[in-house]
Amino acid sequence: MRKVYKSFFILSILVFIFTTPLLAENEGKIDKTTLFKWSIIIGGGALGLAACVGAYAQSRAISKACDGISRNPGAASHIRFALIFGLVLIETLVIYVLLVAIIIFFVKWGKYI
Amino acid sequence: MEEFEHSLFIVELFNKIFSPPLAYLLNLIGIEVAHPDKLIPPHVVMSIIVMIVLIIFFGLSSRKLKIFPSPLQNILELIIEGFESLLVDIIGEEGKKFLPLIGTLGLFIFFSNILGLIPGFMSPTSNLNVPVGCALVAFIYYHWQGVKKHGFVGYLKHFAGPIPWLAPLIIPIEIISHFSRPLSLSLRLFGNIFGEELLILIIASLFPFILPLPFMTLAIFTGLVQAFVFVVLTAIYIAGAVASEH
Repeated sequence: MRKVYKSFFILSILVFIFTTPLLAENEGKIDKTTLFKWSIIIGGGALGLAACVGAYAQSRAISKACDGISRNPGAASHIRFALIFGLVLIETLVIYVLLVAIIIFFVKWGKYI
Repeated sequence: MEEFEHSLFIVELFNKIFSPPLAYLLNLIGIEVAHPDKLIPPHVVMSIIVMIVLIIFFGLSSRKLKIFPSPLQNILELIIEGFESLLVDIIGEEGKKFLPLIGTLGLFIFFSNILGLIPGFMSPTSNLNVPVGCALVAFIYYHWQGVKKHGFVGYLKHFAGPIPWLAPLIIPIEIISHFSRPLSLSLRLFGNIFGEELLILIIASLFPFILPLPFMTLAIFTGLVQAFVFVVLTAIYIAGAVASEH
């Protein structure tokens, strides 16, 4: 399974590297509509990616905490404290991406072109 | 985010009463005001409301304390003991003296988060300025407590780490990590509450009055958890600043 992840990661990096010159072709004639389109695509995509990874990390944390509580119910309060704390710290990263996406959406692009 | 701001009744009322004298006072100092009738922004009005609620509720109910507590006093003692046990868990027995600031921060943030769920009000924490204020208070407070405990030079030695010849490597990392603390504190609180309100707004535009209700129930939990996390992080920072290295 690990190998599949690794090859997928390398493949995606290669795709990004080789498609960059294609995107840079019409760099000179960039206008407001394409910039707005790309900002929406990138903001939504980044938020989706962050939500995916954050949900995976949270699910791992919750499953481990459930394991710990079922093995030793006496430590439930300590484990719950650490669980909620860690969940919020993971969630924070997704929230950062949400803020960046909101800024990308609502910035007045017309001012800066 | 000017598109989302609509005028709230209470903010207009507040501005109608307090804006003209304030504008007059500012004019006396020599500051020209562009909009004399919209001087006080909504988040300031809302945080003043939260302050008034906190002062009246907690101030009046702690006037006459009894040995056999009334139901209200029971609730208050539960809240205070919760904060106290949290501080003792994290900082240790000396943590009880930080209760006033930590408790005030926690209660203010919790009530601010909850206030946004009442129709006609907004959360003051959904504006970036209020969380930044809270985070800066926490930031300055724990540095001050560290300086008070160890002395200025002794506190600066914290930043150098345990091994002397690694100090040039450690000091920049420590400084960056210390300055990222108020940033992450304030942005976490702001992002959560703002995202929650944005979500409720979008859901309400799909199907008003009924569909936002489960999300508003979730928002109560989010507000509680965010206030809790703010308090716990501040306590951890204070514990890091006050701890003696042995």
